[in-house]
This record gives sequence, C-alpha cells and structure tokens, in this order.
Amino acid sequence: MLELSRLTALIDSLLRETWGLSEFWVLFIEFVLVGVALLTAYAVLALILIYVERKITGFFQCRLGPNRVGKYGVVQSVADMVKILLKEIIHVDNVDKFLFYAAPFFMIVASMLTFGAIPFGRGLQAVDFNIGVFYIVAVSSLGIIGVLLAGWSSNNKYSMIGAMRSGAQFISYELSAGFALITMVVLSGSMQFSTIIESQTYCWNLFNGHIASVIAFIIYLISGHAETNRGPFDLPEAESELTAGYHTEYSGLQFGFFYLAEYLNMFIIAAIATTVFLGGWMPIQLKGFDGFNEVMNYIPSYIWFFGKAGCLVFLSLWVRWTFPRLRIDQLLNLEWKYLLPINMFNLLLMVIIVLAGLTLEDIFPSIFKFIAE
Amino acid sequence: MENIKNLILNTVPEAVIEDKKVLTVTVESDKLHHLAKTLRYNAEFPFDFLVQLTGVDRGELLGVNYLLSSSKNVSVEILLKTNTADRVNPLLYTVTDLWETADFNEREVYALLGIRFINHPDMRKFFLNQDWRGYPLRKDYDADPALNPVSVESKDMVDTAPRIYETPQGLKEEVIKIFEDDDYIINIGPQHPSTHGVMHFRVALEGEIVKKIDVHSGYIHRGIEKLSENLTYPQILHFTDRLDYLSSNINRHGLCMCVEKAAEIEIPERAQYIRTIMDELNRIDSHLIAWGTLCMDLGGTTAFIYGMRERERILDIFEKTSGGRLIINYNVVGGVMFDIYPDFQKDIKAFIIEMRERLKEYDKLVTGNPIIVGRLKGIGILSKEDAISYAVTGPAGRASGFACDLRIHHPYALYNKVTFKEVIRHEGDSFSRYLNRLDEIEQSLQILEQLVDNIPDGDFLAKVKAIIKLPEGEYSQRVEAARGEFGVFIESRGDKTPYRLKFRSPSMALVSAMPTLCAGEKLSDLIGIGGSMDYVIPDIDR
Repeated sequence: MLELSRLTALIDSLLRETWGLSEFWVLFIEFVLVGVALLTAYAVLALILIYVERKITGFFQCRLGPNRVGKYGVVQSVADMVKILLKEIIHVDNVDKFLFYAAPFFMIVASMLTFGAIPFGRGLQAVDFNIGVFYIVAVSSLGIIGVLLAGWSSNNKYSMIGAMRSGAQFISYELSAGFALITMVVLSGSMQFSTIIESQTYCWNLFNGHIASVIAFIIYLISGHAETNRGPFDLPEAESELTAGYHTEYSGLQFGFFYLAEYLNMFIIAAIATTVFLGGWMPIQLKGFDGFNEVMNYIPSYIWFFGKAGCLVFLSLWVRWTFPRLRIDQLLNLEWKYLLPINMFNLLLMVIIVLAGLTLEDIFPSIFKFIAE
Repeated sequence: MENIKNLILNTVPEAVIEDKKVLTVTVESDKLHHLAKTLRYNAEFPFDFLVQLTGVDRGELLGVNYLLSSSKNVSVEILLKTNTADRVNPLLYTVTDLWETADFNEREVYALLGIRFINHPDMRKFFLNQDWRGYPLRKDYDADPALNPVSVESKDMVDTAPRIYETPQGLKEEVIKIFEDDDYIINIGPQHPSTHGVMHFRVALEGEIVKKIDVHSGYIHRGIEKLSENLTYPQILHFTDRLDYLSSNINRHGLCMCVEKAAEIEIPERAQYIRTIMDELNRIDSHLIAWGTLCMDLGGTTAFIYGMRERERILDIFEKTSGGRLIINYNVVGGVMFDIYPDFQKDIKAFIIEMRERLKEYDKLVTGNPIIVGRLKGIGILSKEDAISYAVTGPAGRASGFACDLRIHHPYALYNKVTFKEVIRHEGDSFSRYLNRLDEIEQSLQILEQLVDNIPDGDFLAKVKAIIKLPEGEYSQRVEAARGEFGVFIESRGDKTPYRLKFRSPSMALVSAMPTLCAGEKLSDLIGIGGSMDYVIPDIDR
C-alpha cells in the first residue's frame, strides 16, 4: 500500500513506457535519481539522528535538550547545519595541505558507500550485491584511512595520538565485527542481503542460531560501537584528554563531514545489525497466521526497518551516555583477549549448529522454516 | 614540647627559641638545614609535615618561615625562621631533600622575593616569567608597568632550568635540561578541557605512557598576597573567596578566624553554628563537583550533570541565605553577614534526605561500574610517606592513610561538639580518593544533622570596630577546606593592613605530587589522576 517500491516501479514504467526512452537513458536517469535520493537521505538522517541524540541525552541527564528553535527544538539541527555550512574554514599553517583536505572525504565517502548498500525496505536497495556483507565490511573499513590521514596531516600531537589510537582500535574491532558477520553468513548461507532477509521471514537470525547468534549479536554491537568511535570507546576523540583527537584542527564544513560521518556510521552499524540479525525490513510474520501477517504487511517495510534500527541506535545512545571511557590498553585487551577468541569459538559453534541441524528452523520446520517460492 | 626544645638546643645551641602560641625558633641560615633534618628525622616525634613555607621581607633581612608539623599529630606546630642579610644575591639552603613540598614553595619564594636556594634541583621562578623584573613581595618593589610590559608576542617554551649547588670547591651555577632532546612532548593545558583551570603540564610521552611531567603554573596569578598588603582586613576577605572558589566559604572562615583570634573578638554562638553549617554545605558542594568532574574526565558526562543537579540544591540554600551562589561573601569578621532565612533548617533537612538517596544512585551509576573501577583502582598510587612529604592533605591525603583532618585533630568552630568519623583509606590510589569524597559527603551530612536543629537564638554578628587593627605579632590559622588544609599566616606590625599575608593553598600540594603520581602511567590516567586529586587552579595561582 504505502510501499515506496510502488513509487520506484511507477517511475520506471513512466520512463520506459510512457516516454519510451531507450535502455541507456532510463538507467542513466534512474542512477542519478537514486544517487540524489541517497545523498538526501544521508543528510536528512544525520540531522534527525543529531536531534534525537541530543534530545534523548537530555532526558538521560535530567535536562531538556534543545527546545528553542522550533517546537520542542525540532529545527535545531537544521539551524546547526546552516551554521556549520556558513562557518569559515580555518586554514592551518604547516599542515600537509593535500592530505589534510582529502581526509574528511575519505571518511564521508566510506560511510556513503556503505550507506548505499543497505536495504531500507522491500525493493528499496540501491545495489543488491551477491557479496553484500563482504562489500559492506570492505568499504566501511576505508573510513579509517580518513582518520589516519587527518591525524597525520594535521601536524598536531593530539591529532596524531588520536589517529594512532583510532587506527589500533578500528583495525582490532573490525576483526570482531567481521567475524560476527561471518558467523551469521554461515547461518544464512548467503552474503546477499535480500536472501539473508528473506530467509528470516518466520525466524530472525538472532533466534534461529540461538546461542551462537546471541553471542555474535552482542559481539557485533560492542565492536560496531567501537568502530564508530562512540560511547565508552571514544578514545580517538577523548575530548577530556586529547581535546578533539584526530579532528582537532578541522573547522567548518570539514569538521562537519567528520561529525556527519560519525552519526551516520552509528546508524549504519545499527542498520547492518538489523538486516543481519533482526530480519531487516521484514515485518514480523507468523507461519500459518495469514490474517496477522496481512496486518503486519500493511505497515510499510521501511517503517519496520527504521523502527528496528532505531531501537539499536537507542541502545547505542544509552550505552554511550552511561559508561565512562575505557583506556587504550583496556580497549585492546577487551578485543584481543576476550572478544576475538570468543568469536572464533563462536564461529566454530555456529558451523556445528548449522551442520548438525540444530537451528530453530531445522528443529521446528513447521513453525519457522521459510521455503522460497 | 620540652623534649623538642632540648633537641633543638642540642642540635643548634645558638638557636633562639621563643615560647609564643607557636614555638618559634630562629636560626642562622647555615644551621637551618641541619636543624630541619634533625627535626624531620628524629625518632621520637618526626616533623615530617611541612605545612607552610613563607618568604618574608623583614626590612633589612630577607627571611623564610617554615611551619612544621607532624603526621603523628597535625596539631603540633613549630615555626622555624631563618634570614639572610644579603638583599642583592640572597641565598639560603634548600629543604627540598627533606620535604618534597618545599620544591614549588621555594620556587615561589624565589619568584616573589628573589631568594635562591642552594642545592634546589630546579631553580626556575614559579608563577612568574623567567624575565620578570623585580621581586613583587619585597617592600622596595617597583610596580611600574613600564618595567614589565604586557607581552603580546608568543614566546617559545624554554625547557631549561638554572640551579645553584654546593661543591667542595664552593658554589657552582649551571643550567640543566628538563627533558631529553628526543622526548615527545605534548602540552596539557593551559587551555585544556581537563586541567580544571589554567594549568599547564608539559608532558613527555613514550607512546601513551607518561615519562615526565613539568608543571607550569601562574597563568592566572593575581598577586593576592601582594594586593593584601595595601588593603584592610575586611577588604582582604573578598580575596579568600576567589582562591579556591569551590570552597570559598571555608577559606573565608579561615581568614576570619585568624583575624578574630588576633583581635580577640568573641563570636556569638549562633554565628558559629551558621558558619559550621555553611562550611559543611560548601564541602558537600565541592565534593559533588569533584565527583562530577572526575567522572567527566573519565568520559562519563551523565554523572557530571547528576552532580551538578544536587549541587544546585546547595547553591539555592546559599542564594537564599546570602544572595550569592558560588562566591557567597558570607563570613565577616565577628560573625556572618546576614541572619539565616526562616526556612533554612527545613531546606537543609530536605536536602539531607535527598542527598542520601542520591548517594545511593551515584553508587549504582558509577562506583560499581567495571570501567570506572578499571580506570581508577590501582592507578596513581600515592604512598603515605609521599603524601606527607608532598604535604598532600584533604580527601587525597586521607586516601593515602595520612590522618590530617583538622576538624578532628585541630578542631575549630563547632567541630569539637559534633561526632563524625575521619574517613581514612590506605590504598592511596585514585579509587580510594574517589570513595573518600563520597564518604565525606555522608560525614558532612551527619554533621549537618547534628547542628541544624540546635542553632541557638542570639546575635549572628559580634560588635566589631569599624577599623580593625591587629596587634603586632604573627598569627596563623589552619582550617580543613574541601581540598585539604587551608592556612592563613598574618604578620602584623600593628596597622590596619597586614605586613605580610600568606595563604597556604592545598591545591599547590596536590599539583606538586602530580609528576610523581603520573610517571609511568598512561596519558589517559594522567587526566584521571588529576581528576581524583581535584585541584583548583586559582587556589595555586594566588
């Protein structure tokens, strides 16, 4: 009913049939439209996330949060965006100019590339790779190049320490996040997001692989949180130690890029977790209860997706505003001495579960098994 | 005391001993170090706690007063004095080898009075620039701004220190480097979110590990001691609030008591009650900030806001009583400025109940948190010997096992009428400093409970002459401020202004211990340790 895929199909048929454009022009126009839509969604999502975070943090901290610009301060982050667009970019002497100005783009491009591959709803996915999970893991780790470049080229000792911490942290936790995703790939038997989501129609992966899935989910949340440099893992910025870490010297829009990328990365992590563990955009479906399923299907798939991702974002905010910061050695200990070994064991466990037919789908096929038509 | 006198006379027979309120001993400058060492290390009653080191311009002579006490009983005091007649190149022997706290204090004396200390490891000026002309606390100081114009140019940091030391061939001067040539040095401060003010640490790092810290202070030095020499006592009172602004009321109480003691003014009972209650409220207020900022330094911003929320209750009480919130200007010589408002007791009782609840919440949110424990436990250990040697008092000193609570050991105001525990821990790490503050909040609440219902009727302000002149002599008063022992020393020559006024700042001792505490710890822990020591910069930069 309210599915956006109807809109996309409409546009497609408009271009092809009504206007009778050739294949090349149809694809060309569609690519441009998709690109513009993604960029807009990227910016709008970031604004919403910033507002939501500030408001939620306000409530956590017994404050009101923004409440001056617009009703309940809803336009606050728009005003902030305008401010950051208009701000002067302060040109710093003695920096490596090329790398210094290139660094924010690495950051934003990496998160943009990841953003593009996320399935937001039924048919709402820019690219549905057959190696989707692999692609996301690969491009999302490009962001660290931006952080390292920023720290290195700033010619600032705080930035340098921040970037080095970030490098160590990101590479370590990327490992865990990757392993956790691989564990789920073993369960789903596919790297393609559409297949992964479809296979979760009656049983989310989180429940399907029970013990191993839950462990993978927790590890993914922790390491995803660490990858976004937030919460107890915000050492690269560590404002009370390194003033602002790797982006100390950045101002105006360039700082804005880092800021934007940070918020979007938070969302991307939540989105991937939603897709891989919580059934993505798939509404809650019960096998055999067709009436119920019909009602659930009535709610558009992107609402399901953003709802699930929103819960995970809230969890991330909750953690961030509750816990103090770890120290770099504690952080690396957590990864290399605990998460990684557990993860490897967990991968093995998952393989056993899948091979021995101990997933919920295998045990109770009549309730949970989804058979593709 | 007789034993100590004998000991002094046996060591230095020509010492002049005066039996005033405080046993005062004057010795020649070349005998001082020997006497100090004997007192410091005597087995019977070691004077291991250097409370105050005050440089004084005595007119013809330049001198230094050492107020000594002991960790065995912090109420016992001896005042050692020594002088030098050479005003052009005054030299005295250092006591840094006996008490570490003398390090910064002697550098301060050098900056402000020009006395250099032989064998001192690092004879740079504290507070002032190295090229400052003149010595402000000397009576013949020329304050002409043309001599020391405001520099608008950025100067490079010079990490070298002159020193003067004794060799068998005589005195030798040299310049030493503070850091090694290839050290990776970063500046923590003067503008930094976690230095709690305008403090500047030059930190040599090895990776993330702190190798050495060099403390630069004085960015907001206001010369309060110098200014005080031209102001009357009621005028000076306002400065005390602006030292450690978080325990402003306690500082002011200290100076008021010192003046009242010297002028022999009796304080009405009601004023005593109000003062004690306000002091304890101020202490809770300060500890809440300390708790919050420590959590903030560790990255837990929510806890900070929680601390501020409860502090607001106290500030409201302050505001209703005195009109002020942070700096309340409430104590005056002879009592307090205004009477309490009708609902004062009710508000405090409500606050006590609320605060107890909140303490439980703090424990739930922060104290048991594994990250907090990991970040604080076993980090920045200050041994008891070091705590005493660096004269670290207050919650930080007591976390190292140094029984230094003056409210118990050297009671003033109404502290001998209430019962409360001295909170002592022996681990000496950041976590015990943290816990000490929370426990002291509870003890302060108990003191409040005992006092709040018993405030007697009567005057809140004694009749005091409009112009207060203190009789000739030396007066000192020590009080337990939120960060440790706050001391006032007044030398009066019978005028309405002091001849020399010195404030002992607890924060200076806390900062002086930082290089020892942080060596070998991580950079992140430097911030955490700083937060757990909880120094306030204006208190150092008097």
